[in-house]
Amino acid sequence: MTPLPLRRGLPLVAACFLAMLAAVLAAPFLGSTPIALGRVFDRGIPFADNVDAQIFFIARLPRAAAAALVGGTLAAAGVVFQGLLRNPLATPYTLGVSAGASLGAMVAITFNLMLPLGGVAPASLLGALLAVMVVYGLSTVRHRGFSTTVLLLAGVTLNAFFSALILFVQFIGDFAQTYRALRWLMGDLDVADYTPILTALPLVAAAFAVFAWLARPLNLLSMGADAAATRGIDVGRAERLAFFGASLATGAAVSVGGPIGFIGIIVPHLVRLLVGSDHRLVLPASTFFGAAFLVACDAVARIVLAPIELPVGIVTAVIGGPFFLWLLVRKR
Amino acid sequence: MLTVRDVHFGYGGAPVLQGVTLSVRRGDLVGILGPNGSGKTTLLRLMAGALVPQSGQVLLGQQPVGRHARRALARRLAVVPQETHLAFDYSVIEIALMGRYPHLGAFEVEGAADLAIARAALALTGTAHLADRPFDTLSGGEKQRVVIASALAQLADGLTGTPAADLRVGDDAVLLLDEPTASLDIRYQLEVASVLGRLHDERRLTIVLSTHDLRFAASMCATVVLLGRGRVLSAGPPREVLTAERVAELYEIDAGRAAPLLPV
Repeated sequence: MTPLPLRRGLPLVAACFLAMLAAVLAAPFLGSTPIALGRVFDRGIPFADNVDAQIFFIARLPRAAAAALVGGTLAAAGVVFQGLLRNPLATPYTLGVSAGASLGAMVAITFNLMLPLGGVAPASLLGALLAVMVVYGLSTVRHRGFSTTVLLLAGVTLNAFFSALILFVQFIGDFAQTYRALRWLMGDLDVADYTPILTALPLVAAAFAVFAWLARPLNLLSMGADAAATRGIDVGRAERLAFFGASLATGAAVSVGGPIGFIGIIVPHLVRLLVGSDHRLVLPASTFFGAAFLVACDAVARIVLAPIELPVGIVTAVIGGPFFLWLLVRKR
Repeated sequence: MLTVRDVHFGYGGAPVLQGVTLSVRRGDLVGILGPNGSGKTTLLRLMAGALVPQSGQVLLGQQPVGRHARRALARRLAVVPQETHLAFDYSVIEIALMGRYPHLGAFEVEGAADLAIARAALALTGTAHLADRPFDTLSGGEKQRVVIASALAQLADGLTGTPAADLRVGDDAVLLLDEPTASLDIRYQLEVASVLGRLHDERRLTIVLSTHDLRFAASMCATVVLLGRGRVLSAGPPREVLTAERVAELYEIDAGRAAPLLPV
């Protein structure tokens, strides 16, 4: 008798996990200044004198860790949004979270806001929360309960509206501010230390706890809300948890790296080609693969025009755009 | 076992059901007949607890259907919708296994017993050979039978027989089907009909289905309920209920034109 379909996918999830581990450890060795493995871990040299170890642990490892955190989170949030909206073309940014986060960051940059824990990251998180509240409010105000159709329309509309506000804020900023704002919007993982990672981590961890519970309800929701409900799922609760969990995770990821595009759609699609559609496989595999993928993209961004570093959002978009089009024409 | 008592329901002010009363006993096979827009689907959704009556009651056993605990309800009442479209591609065996949801804890994974039940349910609907096929590649009739299998896996509380290969379904289980044959050609209609007939005859499964196909209802159901404009026009054995006059009234056609539509 053939084994459970779920078990067949487990080795692939493990492979994605190893890919993430390999990427995070290998990426810090790539870059404009070559460093040697032997010197990095050489206990004989004091850390203060060991330039290789300093580059590895202070400059490049936090960056690889940030890329892994952001990539894994955006990929998982993409999976959850696609399941929630029952639409494989949804992205973590479809419902306006990133537009809210971007608006928050633009305001912080242009008006030189200083919030606790720094300036831009908390402001972008607040912007994301604002967008989440507005979209959720709109999707519940006219219906008792929660309508995913209104959710989608509200999100798309809010995206457009916030984009206009972002342009306005940029317009009133000065030259240097607008340049900084534009660079932020390109998506960049140039973190100076571990602080942004540690700040985003609690929110991301909470979201992943929700995702773990959501995996099976998301499977049943792909058969339709009624079908899921008659199989014993509290559809309203599952949809609300999916919306808030994925939105907060996205907000946290964007506050670290800016609105890096396409991860949330490329990765889940590639992973589904490998492991099928069971969310209990797609979610962990996308998380690990997304982490590995963004770490690799960031390495490319640092190397390709070295010593100039390209914003990683440009790399993911250059890979993601054609991939998205290929997906569109692949079927029918 | 399933009692609908003077139920009124409407969407946004437009009344759909206006005082529907009917009762389904254990082991019944009831067909709800009516033209498009007569409220068949709404009635089934009320019976499934997906909608709440604006007045009146839907009782499963002694309790209103909405008062049952969600998962306990799912273990004894399953629904097969008119059509199933998947947002993502699952294999046939995965669809059948989804029926096991209400039998598992929040983080529990299907075990060997669940897999055996899912396979038995596929075998019962003649779709075991499709187990590893993507659901989206199936024909309409195959899809319908796989979704029925998923519903049976949902109702099953174990396996019986030696070797244990046959579904054991509690005798308080109810299967609701919305237009199970509407989009199928004659061959698949017959396949689905024979699956449902066997489930009813051999397992005494209680089945309620809606259809607008008079002959299908007459050939399958011990009891038919004629639903017109949100009211029960008549209920009873098909030979008594399906007269040329009633059918003509129900579908608003001449009695002479209704006669050839009736079962012979």
